[in-house]
Amino acid sequence: MNVTELEKRLMDAARADRPSDRVPYAFEKRVMARIAALPVVDAWALWARSLWRATVPYAVAVVCLAAWIHFSAETMAPADQIAMDFENAVLVAVDESSIEF
Amino acid sequence: MEPTDAELIAAVLRGDQTSFEPLVVRYQPRVFATARRYARREDEVEDIVQEVFVKAFQKLASYRAEAPFEHWLMRMAVRTCYDFLRRHQRNREMNFAELSDDEGEWLERLGAKGDASPDAAAAKQLVGRLLEKLSPDARLVITLLEIEDRSVKEVAKLTGWSETLVKVRAFRARAQMRKLFAQMEPEKYL
Repeated sequence: MNVTELEKRLMDAARADRPSDRVPYAFEKRVMARIAALPVVDAWALWARSLWRATVPYAVAVVCLAAWIHFSAETMAPADQIAMDFENAVLVAVDESSIEF
Repeated sequence: MEPTDAELIAAVLRGDQTSFEPLVVRYQPRVFATARRYARREDEVEDIVQEVFVKAFQKLASYRAEAPFEHWLMRMAVRTCYDFLRRHQRNREMNFAELSDDEGEWLERLGAKGDASPDAAAAKQLVGRLLEKLSPDARLVITLLEIEDRSVKEVAKLTGWSETLVKVRAFRARAQMRKLFAQMEPEKYL
């Protein structure tokens, strides 16, 4: 007998071995008890909980952003200097056209 | 007259949880038989069946009634069994050459006379050990295709895999089986 034949015999054995469909006594009661114990999913409660959990990270982010804006503002040029530079840039064409050769 | 599946499902969806119990009673033998193909210990089988029904209850709203409830439930059962196999992958590298006395004897009788009865307990034990050595997807595909004699199309529906994937996995599973047979050194007995 070759291995292929053996394989076939073993598969026949497996086919002949139909698993039992016996159910333990009152198993459905166990399932129903498990289902009754399932937590009820309340979408609004989940949403509120997520928002509450997000408050601390958001507060930290706001503080960091405020600090960054505050400190970077100190190193920037003053606002009137920026306005002057902007005006010069816009009017540079007018200035050049007014030059007489 | 007993209520139909559709009536019970409608009642559950309206909020009557107790209507789910007759569905459990009706289908639990089939789910138990399926679970026993993949788990050996009875407590594992019970956990699988419980998980199947809890999932079915939770996802009942997604049941579209296009196919019988039983088909929908059995798909869930097969997928739960597959998840179980993946979670409980046992050490498949264990030495397989060592057969028990009964298993060796069964093979010897098969080799000598070729009349070892296919329902012999030792043969069942041997097949069980072989299947345990397979990877989860190989075991699932061999069980459904070879042992339960289902078509590729049916296996695809039950597992959620494409038909091509089922064929590819079946090819690999058979190769794995042959490799395991070789490890078993059957020529010592035949």
